[in-house]
Amino acid sequence: MSESIVSQQHVSYLKEESRFKGRLKNLYSWICTTDHKRIGLLYLFVITIFFIVGAIQGLLMKLELMAPGANIMGSESFSVLSTLHGIIMVFAVAIPGLTAVFGNFFLPIMLGTNNVAFPKLNLVSWYVYIIGIIFILLSQFGYYSGFDSGWTFNIPYGILINANILPVVIGIFLIGLSSIALGINFIVTVHRYRAQGMSWFKMPLFPWSLYAAAWIQLLATPVLVIALFMIFAESTMAIGMLDPMLGGDPTLYQHLFWIYARPAIYIMILPAMGIISEIIPTFSQKTIFSYRTTVVALLAIAFLGFFVWGQHMVTSGIGDRALSLFSFFALIITVPMIVVVLNWLGTMHKGSLNITTPFYWAVSFIFIFLIAGLTGLMFGSLATNVYVHRTQFEIAHFHYIVFGSVSFAFMGAIHYWFPKIFGRMYNKKWANIGFLVFFVGFNLLFLPMFMLGYQGLPGHFYDYPPGFQPGNLASSTGAIILILGALIIIINLIRNARFGRKCDDMNPWGGKTLEWTISTPPPSVNFDKLPVITNDPYDYN
Amino acid sequence: MKTNIYNVPGQDEHDVSKFGMWLFIFAELLLFGALFIVYTAYRSRNPAAFKLAGNELELTVGIISTIILLISSTTMAISVTAIQKNNKNLSLLTLGITILFAIAFLLYKYFEWGTRINEGFLPDTNTLHELGPGTILFFGLYFVMTGLHALHILIGLIFIIYIFFRIIKNRINSENYHLFENFGLFWHLVVLIWIFLFPLFYLIR
Repeated sequence: MSESIVSQQHVSYLKEESRFKGRLKNLYSWICTTDHKRIGLLYLFVITIFFIVGAIQGLLMKLELMAPGANIMGSESFSVLSTLHGIIMVFAVAIPGLTAVFGNFFLPIMLGTNNVAFPKLNLVSWYVYIIGIIFILLSQFGYYSGFDSGWTFNIPYGILINANILPVVIGIFLIGLSSIALGINFIVTVHRYRAQGMSWFKMPLFPWSLYAAAWIQLLATPVLVIALFMIFAESTMAIGMLDPMLGGDPTLYQHLFWIYARPAIYIMILPAMGIISEIIPTFSQKTIFSYRTTVVALLAIAFLGFFVWGQHMVTSGIGDRALSLFSFFALIITVPMIVVVLNWLGTMHKGSLNITTPFYWAVSFIFIFLIAGLTGLMFGSLATNVYVHRTQFEIAHFHYIVFGSVSFAFMGAIHYWFPKIFGRMYNKKWANIGFLVFFVGFNLLFLPMFMLGYQGLPGHFYDYPPGFQPGNLASSTGAIILILGALIIIINLIRNARFGRKCDDMNPWGGKTLEWTISTPPPSVNFDKLPVITNDPYDYN
Repeated sequence: MKTNIYNVPGQDEHDVSKFGMWLFIFAELLLFGALFIVYTAYRSRNPAAFKLAGNELELTVGIISTIILLISSTTMAISVTAIQKNNKNLSLLTLGITILFAIAFLLYKYFEWGTRINEGFLPDTNTLHELGPGTILFFGLYFVMTGLHALHILIGLIFIIYIFFRIIKNRINSENYHLFENFGLFWHLVVLIWIFLFPLFYLIR
């Protein structure tokens, strides 16, 4: 008996014996698992699918914008498509993206424990998330016209049109619940299940970033739930809270929505910064430059993120005094961001750089992140914010921060941890080609949009005056190249997850965090004997 | 085979679940907190209409509801302590009282809402629309906020009944009362939220 337990513990989590019987026993062993690693892969599976769905929607819109006039769709389809693209990409892909996939997989391992605090709740979160997505997709079927108010709902327009708003609201509500549950799980895990000797300031930076993001998930999401609840009550019972005809004030809805949605951007960005803070020390073989300021900066971003929502309401008439205050916080929040970026550069300085695929992604992340941050300053200062508000400039900035930062960190993370997750290695040549194509495509797609927006082209429209065609043509070409790059990367990864060269090396990159001390791929029980931490993280001396 | 998958030395599973429950309570507080902000914003814009509409609600109804919930909170606390001290009968008795009071609260709410609806204060009806924006908002908020609270009471009631039967079957006992204790926290939270709803709707005149 005891012998079988020991051998059981060394079986890879991918090959663990199913406790179910019958033809579908392997499927059941995945969809009924409480192993955090398998749940992470379940999220990865769903998120990849919906990333492809959202990307195709984006590509269709860009194809429409290749030339002025209605080419492949008209105004109505374009609005519906852009709404669905926004909702799927924000709520189903970007917000859970890094936390649910890599957070689930690596948080317990990096803390030196065997699972998250509430494993069953973790699985329930995944199911609630799936049901939420199904509801969102349901909005596309049925009697009413497609839902085209944009992903922020643009109340009261969103409730005044006859569209299937209820399934969308219920779907996002469920995804929000799943997000709260995940946040609770991560906070408790970090507080209670750190390995012996791992004091707060010996915790690696990716867990720190997840911890900061988890607090935002926990504290901001309830406000979104109330905003959605008000939409629900307004469109079913006409309670008057959002309807100006009945005394309601849509600005109040905007406040509630952005009190959530602004910090939600940091739910996406913080784990991205955490991942880059893992990759850069490993590939520089050097301790992170100023660990403590990085930690404080990550926490400061999470905290300050709660005070900048007014940035999104400069044209909503909320008063100059309030706007100045929001502007102040929006400029202040760039300080901790710059601190983290400087620490990354300081880490690379005089390090022995291992220049390979994950490092490419990490360095290009810094490039993307800087463009996002510097154009973000234009939204921080009020005068320029009003000028570029709701133009293509805003869309480009939004995509640099949300799509750019998250996808570059995601790609960096998957190329960094791929051998650990699957026990195989991807084809490095194709991975580098994919990176190059993706990088060129991304910048060609979004850089011209800054110019277009600055020249005054508004966002969210299917048509434009002919003078704007060169920029749009470049942007659409970029979209095609970007999709090509994404396909190369995804095919390379999926193929090699199954058939790639076996990689039994416990630590292919020379990393110092705990996930590199267990076998590859990880056993179903991470640690036979729980580690005791004595060193600082990233101790390369 | 059940193994302790965490085996962090000195880690108390009970303490962990309680911590999770407290975090959930934070989320709940922010949920209602957002609604309190909505209430405050609309009240400050329509002070006269809110004052008039507030007079339509009966103070005694609010007071009795508050007393009912406060007693249920007390009996819940007694019940949790009793099970920890292995006094099953007292625990069942006090939990039974909690169930009765929770049902009483819901029934009372039902009749109160019925009266309001008969008086024509249901949202989206012509009588209410004639009364103007402030009154519409007041009763919109009244039904939404007390409704969301009543939903919490209802979910709580289902949980209490479940726990009641677990105690009868000795599944919850002086060794294993953590689920019950955590649920007790939830119940106190729901009562606490009512303590804020009560002055907002019944006391401010």
